[in-house]
Amino acid sequence: MNWNWQLDGWIVAAGMLCAVASALLGNFLVLRRLSMLGDAVSHAILPGLAVAFFISNSRSSLPMFLGAVIVGILTALFTEWIRGVGKVDEGASMGVVFTSLFALGLVMIVQAADRVDLDAGCVLYGAIEATPLDRISILGLDVPRAAAVLFGVMIVNLLFVVIFFKELKLSSFDPSLATSMGFSATVMHYALMVLVAVTAVASFESVGNILVVAMFIVPPATANLLTDRLGRMIVLSSIIAAVGAASGHVAAVVVPTWFGFRSTTTAGMMAVMVGVFFIIALLFAPRQGLIIRWIRNRALSLQILCDDIVAYLYRQQERSESTDTVPAANERELADELFAKRWQLRMALLTLWRRNELTLDENGYQLTDNGRQHARELVRSHRLWEQYLVSEASLDATRIHDKAERLEHFTDRQLRDQLCDATESPSRDPHGSEIPSEQE
Amino acid sequence: MLLLLLTCIPALAAPTQASAQSITDRRIEWPSGEQWRRVVLLEDYNTRVVIFGVAVLGVAAGLVGSFTLLRKRALLGDALSHASLPGIAAAFMFAGVMGMDGKSLPILLFGATVSGLLGVGLVLVIQRQTRLKEDAGLGIALSVFFGAGMALLGVVQQMDTGHAAGLESFIYGKTASMNANDARLIAAASCVAILGCLLLFKEFKLLCFDENFAGSRGMPVLLLDLTLMALVVLVTIVGLQAVGLILMVALMVIPAAAGRFWSERMWTVAGLAALLGGIGGIIGAASSALFPRLPSGAMIVLTCTALFLFSMMFGTARGVLVRLLRRRRLNRRVRKQHLLRGLYELLESKPANKQAKRNMAVPIEELLSIRSWSSTQLRRTIAQAESDQYLVQRDGTVRLTQAGYAEAARLTRQHRLWELYLISYAEVAPGRVDRDADDIEHVLEPELVDELEALLDQEPLRIPVPASPHGVIHEASDSQGQHP
Repeated sequence: MNWNWQLDGWIVAAGMLCAVASALLGNFLVLRRLSMLGDAVSHAILPGLAVAFFISNSRSSLPMFLGAVIVGILTALFTEWIRGVGKVDEGASMGVVFTSLFALGLVMIVQAADRVDLDAGCVLYGAIEATPLDRISILGLDVPRAAAVLFGVMIVNLLFVVIFFKELKLSSFDPSLATSMGFSATVMHYALMVLVAVTAVASFESVGNILVVAMFIVPPATANLLTDRLGRMIVLSSIIAAVGAASGHVAAVVVPTWFGFRSTTTAGMMAVMVGVFFIIALLFAPRQGLIIRWIRNRALSLQILCDDIVAYLYRQQERSESTDTVPAANERELADELFAKRWQLRMALLTLWRRNELTLDENGYQLTDNGRQHARELVRSHRLWEQYLVSEASLDATRIHDKAERLEHFTDRQLRDQLCDATESPSRDPHGSEIPSEQE
Repeated sequence: MLLLLLTCIPALAAPTQASAQSITDRRIEWPSGEQWRRVVLLEDYNTRVVIFGVAVLGVAAGLVGSFTLLRKRALLGDALSHASLPGIAAAFMFAGVMGMDGKSLPILLFGATVSGLLGVGLVLVIQRQTRLKEDAGLGIALSVFFGAGMALLGVVQQMDTGHAAGLESFIYGKTASMNANDARLIAAASCVAILGCLLLFKEFKLLCFDENFAGSRGMPVLLLDLTLMALVVLVTIVGLQAVGLILMVALMVIPAAAGRFWSERMWTVAGLAALLGGIGGIIGAASSALFPRLPSGAMIVLTCTALFLFSMMFGTARGVLVRLLRRRRLNRRVRKQHLLRGLYELLESKPANKQAKRNMAVPIEELLSIRSWSSTQLRRTIAQAESDQYLVQRDGTVRLTQAGYAEAARLTRQHRLWELYLISYAEVAPGRVDRDADDIEHVLEPELVDELEALLDQEPLRIPVPASPHGVIHEASDSQGQHP
């Protein structure tokens, strides 16, 4: 790896600053369902640049910056105006506004094509790799201009979030309550819009607007999957954004070499890396991850099947005591009776065997003492529930089996005692079957 | 903006020589008659191709866009357009490795389609499996896929197969340089999309308006959703390479939003969206042909936006002006009813027999003291009532005509029946009931009045107008505000 701290360090620094600045505000965009507004603002700033050029007759940074910021704010205003006055869906009004402003900017730029060297590719892709080449001196330190600007923007965003945290939180979740408590949710909304526009404009020349959009949305969305608290969500999203930016540049330098190429676009890889983090959270988040939930569901399913097997064997044993037959079951019989797939059944049988609740002899599967006790508890739960549903909930005796079948798996000793007290210690269930005692 | 443009450009131009026009002179030239004729009659081959292609694409995009709009996925086209970039780059790389022509359009379109579908799949997974909303899903798919595309393009630049130049411009489009093959491809894809929408119109409509009901009726909601997404992908991907990303987003969103202002019926909205998309495309492309320095894609977007703004202001169903007119008409009706009821209550309080009351003249000054009317407003309302022949105005007094008296009695009766209902059944305090009754009496239907009569055991002929449950207030300082 060919790493030069003077160049690569500043690239990573600029990327991290942009990412953190965007992620701080992005939390509130995601919560307010305005995720696409960052994208809209980024696309719509073109006419602002063109107007700024015509007015100032120069390409110096400040007029262009102000022009773009003003149009970014106008994007939010127009979107809100069309949505409110025209009663148009938010996404549609956003689409109308930013495509129109972009088209208007294109027309204006083409009219002055020989005087403005704005390039569409630069707007979309940025040139973060060139960041270290444009330097200014601050307090004797030699730093790239983009890094300095982005640092300032990040500080402003951080102060905004910290100082107005309570107001932002309230107006994001309950705008009416916020307004009735004395500060205007609308004012907070437009303050947020101003900073979104400033962040998008400050970032686009160095890193391109796609990275800005990625950082506005992906780290907050990832954090949203990992935590339920807004404060933690903000901190987590900032960390994810920073790590994504840093690892993005490293990946841009390293990954292509695996396939025999040199480096690739840093901004693109930064977006990809935060995307990778999001996918990981989507799959493995502690409570909402798809794979975690799948595993949890499978474990529950297995447990229920195990319970059904031992309960079935217990009932068979009950019947055999009155008919003098040998109680046993084979795999095929169990699969048919319990509507289970063979592979699921085998896994359940193996689990029960490992728990020493089941044994296999020449006649088929048998309960051990442990298994018999487990089964007694299950059957007792089932029949107590049936008695309770009939005597306390006034359900008809023909309609209680399915409910009891579901409830028995989640009934512990304490709940069984409560059911027993509530139904005055019945010895038989509504079907006439004996309710086994807690201990043999 | 255009005026500013026209003002700035002459100042920016270099001084022109006496007899020759400078190369830097960029003023917009008004087209000559010959140019007008050539464009309007479609004499130029290139103009014909472009206008045809864009018009057909506009129709298809408008039609499909009306469904995505109602599904509140207006920006799906935007996410799709961005998400197609990695597919394009990957298709190029794959074709290069396989020794095929990397710039082959079918290969690139195939890559773009696969990538777009994966992006849509990610949006659906995020929406259905997490608590994140759809807009977050769109943003994530858009930015992450586009970033991947950028990274892959960076690699493509280094491939030995070469001639990767221009691949980036795939998503910028080339409207003005569209060729006949492009137009045919667009026409074919558009026909498929239009046909799909027409064949599945009923199902898509139900999906847009009541997804749960569609599911309960046995429709395969998820499959329909994916089919609609596939149509969006088809139109977007084919249109993307021809007309570019921003124009594609605009065509998917703006005509559909514009059509929505004109009707509440799905057939009409979809038809108008298609029509507006086609018209916008034609006018935009034609104006670009007329004015050589205006980019065609941008002109099409601006034309569609102009149609949108026109629809927003003047649309017959939901336009701003139409709603404004409806509100003003309602306000005028309410004021007139207040006037008649005020007159009736004033006459009712006079110590005279019934017949004499009917013909009694009331000074306008006395009317002013009943409610917080402004003098101008009251006089205007009186003029309106006079034109309806409810009252006659003379010498600063007004007198109810026979029709006016009957109408005033009906209105007052309606008001008081509702008051009695609120007191008896909604337990509203008598002191507050006047305002509450005022809010709703203006929209009571005759059937409802009959129900109120039966409910309150009032014989219509015995007591034509029930006595007011509270005293009629005369002092201006205690009067009720007007209808909000």
